[in-house]
Amino acid sequence: MAVTTIELQPGFADKVLAAQSTFRTVMEAMARPGQVMAVDDEVGHPPSMMVGVAAVALTLLDQDTPVWLDDAFASASDVGAWLKFHTGAPIVARPDAASFALVAAPAALPDLSVFALGTAEYPDRSTTLIMQVPSLAAGESFRLRGPGIDGTTALTASLAPADLFARLSINQALFPRGIDVILVDDRSLVAIPRTTRLAASGV
Amino acid sequence: MYVAVKGGERAIENAHRLLAHERRGDRSVPELSLSQISEQLGLAVDRVMSEGSLYDRELAALAIKQARGDLIEAIFLVRAFRATLPRFGATEPVDTGAMRVQRRVSSTFKDIPGGQVLGPTFDYTHRLLDPGLAQGGDPEDPALAATSDVPMPRVTDILGQDGLIEPSPAAEADAPVGDLTRDPLSFPAGRDLRLQNLARGDEGFLLALGYSTQRGYGRNHPFAGEIRFGEVEVEFFAEEIGFAVPLGSIELTECQMVNQFKGSATEPPCFTRGYGLAFGQSERKTMSMALVDRALRARELGEDVIAPAQDEEFVMSHSDNVQATGFVEHLKLPHYVDFQSELGLLRKLRQEFADANAAPALKEAAE
Amino acid sequence: MNAPTYNFAYLDEQTKRMIRRAILKAIAIPGYQVPFASREMPMPYGWGTGGVQVTAAILGPQDVLKVIDQGSDDTTNAISIRKFFAKTAGVETTTSTDAATVIQTRHRIPEAPLRAGQVLVYQVPIPEPLRFLEPRETETRRMHALAEYGLMHVKLYEDIARFGHIATSYAYPVKVNARYVMDPSPTPKFDNPKMDNCPALQLFGAGREKRIYAIPPYTSVVSLDFEDHPFTRYKFDAPCALCGAEDSYLDEIVTDDKGSRMFVCSDTDYCEGRQAAGHRGVESAAPHKEAVHG
Ligand SMILES: [Zn+2]
Repeated sequence: MAVTTIELQPGFADKVLAAQSTFRTVMEAMARPGQVMAVDDEVGHPPSMMVGVAAVALTLLDQDTPVWLDDAFASASDVGAWLKFHTGAPIVARPDAASFALVAAPAALPDLSVFALGTAEYPDRSTTLIMQVPSLAAGESFRLRGPGIDGTTALTASLAPADLFARLSINQALFPRGIDVILVDDRSLVAIPRTTRLAASGV
Repeated sequence: MYVAVKGGERAIENAHRLLAHERRGDRSVPELSLSQISEQLGLAVDRVMSEGSLYDRELAALAIKQARGDLIEAIFLVRAFRATLPRFGATEPVDTGAMRVQRRVSSTFKDIPGGQVLGPTFDYTHRLLDPGLAQGGDPEDPALAATSDVPMPRVTDILGQDGLIEPSPAAEADAPVGDLTRDPLSFPAGRDLRLQNLARGDEGFLLALGYSTQRGYGRNHPFAGEIRFGEVEVEFFAEEIGFAVPLGSIELTECQMVNQFKGSATEPPCFTRGYGLAFGQSERKTMSMALVDRALRARELGEDVIAPAQDEEFVMSHSDNVQATGFVEHLKLPHYVDFQSELGLLRKLRQEFADANAAPALKEAAE
Repeated sequence: MNAPTYNFAYLDEQTKRMIRRAILKAIAIPGYQVPFASREMPMPYGWGTGGVQVTAAILGPQDVLKVIDQGSDDTTNAISIRKFFAKTAGVETTTSTDAATVIQTRHRIPEAPLRAGQVLVYQVPIPEPLRFLEPRETETRRMHALAEYGLMHVKLYEDIARFGHIATSYAYPVKVNARYVMDPSPTPKFDNPKMDNCPALQLFGAGREKRIYAIPPYTSVVSLDFEDHPFTRYKFDAPCALCGAEDSYLDEIVTDDKGSRMFVCSDTDYCEGRQAAGHRGVESAAPHKEAVHG
């Protein structure tokens, strides 16, 4: 019998407390869209997966959350095995069956309508996108408004796909259905829930 | 000078100390052991296991002791413990047809393969208080018969051979097992979740609802096809080794009601089913459950939903005595803030009422 | 016998993940009630199991926890819940609104303004604002889906026709982010304005009814009203008998068998803080007349 042994990276050093502190970071991010938060827990991760994505996955995924991987993650030899081992989350081929979607190559992000967008009665039954982006520190400037934001807030980021906010404008027409996004750059993360609107953008 | 009430923490501790004291009662009376409860108050233990959703006689006995015999409180203790237990998986469906039967009665046929087995029952006892029992002492040994290998097919299986009763829904081996303790309930709910809800439901609530169907609030012409009580094997399919391993045996009571028939231009008429199952010997519970299960199938069977027992949202939302007792008893908690708000509003409305009614009199006086 | 051992903050990690996911959705859809698989907790349903599960899912060793019931840290249920977390999570507890990072509450919002970074966790008995107009979940869910809130307005208007006022004094319905009608839990309507544009995150947990909902910081929360009958905040004419505060919600205390009464702050931390700062009230006051202030 041929056995392929993959040296799997570890997960959280302290499962209980790291999941708690990462969750608080994600919760704060979701409550304050556009603000850059940092994950500071010790966490192992497959080489192609950013620390922030690994930490969020370990915090939120388990056997009850089907997860969809983009081609870049799906073709990495260790990502699926790492997720399966540490979270038990079933990996699904259909994005609309996924509670979470992990995206390593956001430039190739499929149309958002392929994901679960919730129903009018259960808008929470939607896919949460977790995307690795080029930078959450430098790049274009985006002015955002919506719940969680006192007036407007500025996000400086280099995003992929470049028209991400244009694509997310479907959230306005769909609300309360819609899609929530967590952007990750290394240890930094920014949440863009479905209520966040682009007020202005520029370089 | 007025000082705000303090010292709640001390009060709570003292109240709990007093509770422990009262629980023990007169210390010159020997303390109850768990085995005494488990052996001599066995039906209380059965009820706590059933509605507590945990098959563990010792823990149920402990809960009854800790709850001072308040069974709903004991059920609550068991539930709270159960909620923290890890889940390893679901067992294989138990085969009640292979039950080692201690009691088995059918009201639909005079004789059936395997026979009627009266077993340990209150039925046909004269309900006369027994002074002998107050004295204590060992009862006579039970009369024993040779164990029989005659199979005891379920009455519904016998009816099913001729197609006289609707087939039992075939279990899909790969279908996930619904669990309302792990997934939030939404309506309409499938029969699996309904039966789980009823199995955990309060015996008194189900009894009243079942009774209401007999009095015409959703009548469904029931016959007690069979009630059986005994031991069944529990098996768990272990993925690592590829076959089912026995975990042990448990005692169950099963009730299969045979109900009014259905049929249409395209389907021959046949009897329908209502199902009840509980841990231990719980006949009142399983019979009530079977009546309510059948009533809740109204929509599926094309019947009008007109009675409380047929109303899935009503029944499922109110059957759980742990939820019900918590919310009813929460009225004991302080509500001064909301009450103050109501008081203020009421005073204002009364003042306005008084002003409005005083006004015409003044006007008259001025004229 | 299976001797029980419990995880940090009582709940197992799988349960925490399930609740955490529900919290994130609740924040993303302000005012929408997210169903969650509420667990049986070691305290009765209706006594704060929803709030306790939310708190248990967010709490960490760095947190400082405050628990209030009716505004007070000293009510027995508040003490019981505070002790539960001190025991199962070992967190620091406080009675100071300002020092707390997480505040679990039943029926009140603290008087001291909340700040960014704090989380207010409400215990909710009946999360559905439409429940007493329509008992069926299938119906109320459809009404929320269609934002069909006419029934609520009819109810409020019937009050006006009968009493001359909207006769709801607590659990007064609000509209969140101009979309969902939401039950603020049985807080007095005096507290409603504090929810609007609040810098803190507000989370609501209903254990028995298995719902979690949220108001993100800086979110519009509007009490339902009519142009000709605007929302008014019930307020007392008299100041607190202990600290002289004129801007706080008061408890009425019957002081003798002749029906003498005095009024003191329901928020004990606020009242004690003011007294420590030298503020004084007439400690034994005659019955006060309440009035309505805008
Ligand atoms: Zn005061």
